[in-house]
Amino acid sequence: MAHNKEEELAINCFLLAGRLLVQSGAETYRAEDTMMRMAQSQGYVDAQSFVTPTGIIFSAGHERPTRIAQIPSRTTDLEKISLVNNVSRGLTSKQLTVEKAYEELLRIERTNFFFPVWVQILASAIASACFLILFKGIYADMPAAFVAGGIGFIVFYAIHSLTRVKFFAEFTGALFVGIIAFFSVEFGFGAELDKIIIGSVMPLVPGVPIANAVRDLMAGHFVSGVAKGVEAFLTATAIGAGVALVLAF
Amino acid sequence: MEYIIQLVLSFIATASFGIIFNAPKNTLFHCGVVGALGWVIYLAFTNQGVDVVPASFVASFVIAMIAHMYAKRFKTPMLIFSVAGIIPLVPGGMAYNTMRHVVEKDYTQSIEFAVKTSLITGAIVMGLVFAEVFMQLIFTMLRRKKYASKTNS
Repeated sequence: MAHNKEEELAINCFLLAGRLLVQSGAETYRAEDTMMRMAQSQGYVDAQSFVTPTGIIFSAGHERPTRIAQIPSRTTDLEKISLVNNVSRGLTSKQLTVEKAYEELLRIERTNFFFPVWVQILASAIASACFLILFKGIYADMPAAFVAGGIGFIVFYAIHSLTRVKFFAEFTGALFVGIIAFFSVEFGFGAELDKIIIGSVMPLVPGVPIANAVRDLMAGHFVSGVAKGVEAFLTATAIGAGVALVLAF
Repeated sequence: MEYIIQLVLSFIATASFGIIFNAPKNTLFHCGVVGALGWVIYLAFTNQGVDVVPASFVASFVIAMIAHMYAKRFKTPMLIFSVAGIIPLVPGGMAYNTMRHVVEKDYTQSIEFAVKTSLITGAIVMGLVFAEVFMQLIFTMLRRKKYASKTNS
């Protein structure tokens, strides 16, 4: 085969960019588009890529190697999407060399850009309290929603980092939201059980995956769309089951 | 007065979601603006008696348009602004009611809520896609005009 180190590096670079994008929750067409642009800017004019939520196949062209990248898990990490986008812009406008871009992407992959956990917990607690009012709840229920939303997110986060089973973590998170909402109403800290649960469960609800799934379907990426849709559906079912368990009593 | 409270609360809620989704720190404020404007439009329409499905469509259309403008300004993908912005529109309450009626073994009611939930979700996504197509049309037209004026001169 007539391929050399330089080619290998370039292909690794494109694949890494695509993998980072899909892992961070970007749309399928964006991952494909970014990889193709990067490839074409480096002279791989007949390159092709096939992106699904669980893996990427990238071919650098005829007589050139084809590589696969596996994607075991996906989250929503908008900062990574933005940074990878910057690298790809730099590469296509020839401000970055392939070596520099690859180094940059490796650095992006290694770094954890997420906010500290306590900030995330606080954010979900505040969001829960705000959503309670947006969904026409009463102000007296805000503390209950704040606590329920915060603890629901803590439980979700803890179980997710312990077991790595996302659906179980979402189920338990929703279950705790339900339990806390139920007891706060029982002991007089809250009035409307429904509104408290709806507000507090919002940080767990898969709004983005659902929107992304339909978005992919409309762009003609049926494999990705259906796969993402099923993932979102499973998440929604897990949350629903957690809440339902509390309501059933 | 009610609108101001809703505006502030939806701004805080959307910016908080920006934190959970790890939006870049310099865009958090703009994420909040996008979400708050979308929510107020949705609220204004539903208060006028418009059904929630068209209201969601219009709100998400506006969200996507503003997100596109911010995306051009910050040179980042538009996804960053639209993702947190559509969260207040997501029919969490409907989905909850679906589940609740299933638990109460009231399946006919639950199907009604389920259909409504999927309709609203569809409307939100349609709004996003329409805005994208609309923006593309505008940009190609602008580019053509530029090209035409260049070749003429």
